[in-house]
Amino acid sequence: MTKTTQPDSRTVKALLQVFAVLFLAGLAILIFAPQASADAAAKVQGNFAGADYWREVSDGTVGYTTSQGAEHGQLINVEGERWRELRNKWISPAGLYAIGGSLGLLTLVYLTLGCMKLDKPRTGRLILRWGLFDRAMHWFVAITFLTLAFTGLNILYGKHFIPEYFGYDIWKNLIALSKFLHNYIGPIFSIGLLMMIIRWFGNNFFNMTDLKWFIQGGGLIGNKHPSAEFLNGGEKGWYWALTILGLVVVGSGLILDFPLFGLTRNDMQTANLIHGGVSLLLVAISLGHIYIGTIGSEGALEGMKTGYVDETWAKQHHDLWYAEVKDQAIDPAQAGESDKADKPGHAEKAEQA
Amino acid sequence: MAKMKFLCDSERCIECNGCVTACKNANETEWGIQRRRVVTIDDGEADETSISVACMHCTDAPCMAVCPTDCFYQTDDGIVLHDKDLCIGCGYCLFACPFGAPQFPSEGAFGERGKMDKCTFCAGGPEEDPAKEKAKYGANRIAEGKLPLCAEMCSTKALLAGDAQQVSDIFRERVVYRGHKDGAWSSVDEQKAQPKNLVPGEMDQQQMAALASELAVDASNIIAKA
Repeated sequence: MTKTTQPDSRTVKALLQVFAVLFLAGLAILIFAPQASADAAAKVQGNFAGADYWREVSDGTVGYTTSQGAEHGQLINVEGERWRELRNKWISPAGLYAIGGSLGLLTLVYLTLGCMKLDKPRTGRLILRWGLFDRAMHWFVAITFLTLAFTGLNILYGKHFIPEYFGYDIWKNLIALSKFLHNYIGPIFSIGLLMMIIRWFGNNFFNMTDLKWFIQGGGLIGNKHPSAEFLNGGEKGWYWALTILGLVVVGSGLILDFPLFGLTRNDMQTANLIHGGVSLLLVAISLGHIYIGTIGSEGALEGMKTGYVDETWAKQHHDLWYAEVKDQAIDPAQAGESDKADKPGHAEKAEQA
Repeated sequence: MAKMKFLCDSERCIECNGCVTACKNANETEWGIQRRRVVTIDDGEADETSISVACMHCTDAPCMAVCPTDCFYQTDDGIVLHDKDLCIGCGYCLFACPFGAPQFPSEGAFGERGKMDKCTFCAGGPEEDPAKEKAKYGANRIAEGKLPLCAEMCSTKALLAGDAQQVSDIFRERVVYRGHKDGAWSSVDEQKAQPKNLVPGEMDQQQMAALASELAVDASNIIAKA
């Protein structure tokens, strides 16, 4: 019997085992199935779409990409639109208002007051005001500044009228030249500017004389010409405007000029806004300096051209300085010789200070 | 006149990068220039989502608005193209573009970036000689009556290119079949998104047609408003 039942019991055992396995599997299915189907549903549903997706993407979320381009992992950069808005709707028109306002004001001054003539006739005796180095530096900075100003203005405003009036070919070459000059002369200008800031630093601290000069509006208020040392309040003001604004323009310009250090688009946008805004302000202010140095005031340009100013001019515009250096006045014939010696009046003044 | 647009269906994009390869092959852009790319958000997670992106040929294109040379122009089909002879490589278009579409061959000192390159919707550029056009701007498939190769080659038809109205019609149809409540970019959240009694796969033809017409939008109005 045992022999016959043995196979049976083995079959039963095997069957029981099979049932047990099936039972456990069934149990497992019953327990885990809802979980599994939920996972499957999630997988089918899959994509992360909808408003949350859009919100995340437009917040600038960075994803994975095989592209090696800079910032290519970012799908959308909304900062660009903000930059466009600020540049095109604020800085661009504000620059026109600033420069136009400055030009308008100077035209008004010229038409009402005219050129500021010398009160007394020239004595014919000259005083050395700017040595060769100072003059060379001034014109180096002036020429590079004007080049940058014109090319910069062309980059911002040129497209609105130059192609229309001068045609495609001229515009094509002009704008390419503008970018080239602007990018290469910028760093050269910055060297000149730094030298200028350092060399003239000592002469440019404001004092009570300058305060009085400002109170009298540099001679516009009241009849008397206010006292001034080697540099008057206005000149010192221009120095500090050029120093502070100039350094900001140079700093932001160098960032734009050397996109080598992994700077992002957003960094470039910020640098561009600062660079554009501040340089337009600087150009607007520089017009005042150019006006006074040329058609606004008789005898001023001579100083920066030849280095010498007439005694009368020195007495009228810089009386305190004149008092110090009047014994150094020379005849025009001697001017050429002592120019070579290059001993400007203000250099001694600087040493004293 | 048609208004050409790209649309990438994020529910379909499988990040195969076929569009990227197709673009590179059609336009033979130089080394380092990649006009189209695929970006995957939440890569490796259950909800990872990929999208193919290139120039979107904006109706109010920021690149156009900020370009100092005015080298951009829009074709009658709304494709944004640019003149490489006029481009000075200043990079402003890249600063302004939301999609990072403009590409530059280099990033040198003194702002030497070279001429900008970007997706042309396979419409070439302003060059008479076809050989020169091909070398400078890549393929001009539009002139041959063909659509951009990236979309044509898309294996899942995630990337659609063509007339905005047709593209949106196709996409809307997909949306309806998937059971989305709203148009583009909606999630497949059945509880929230489904109008009552309308379960995807259980709608009859009439219900779907009704839903499709309910969702119908005249894309030209949207484009005109933009």
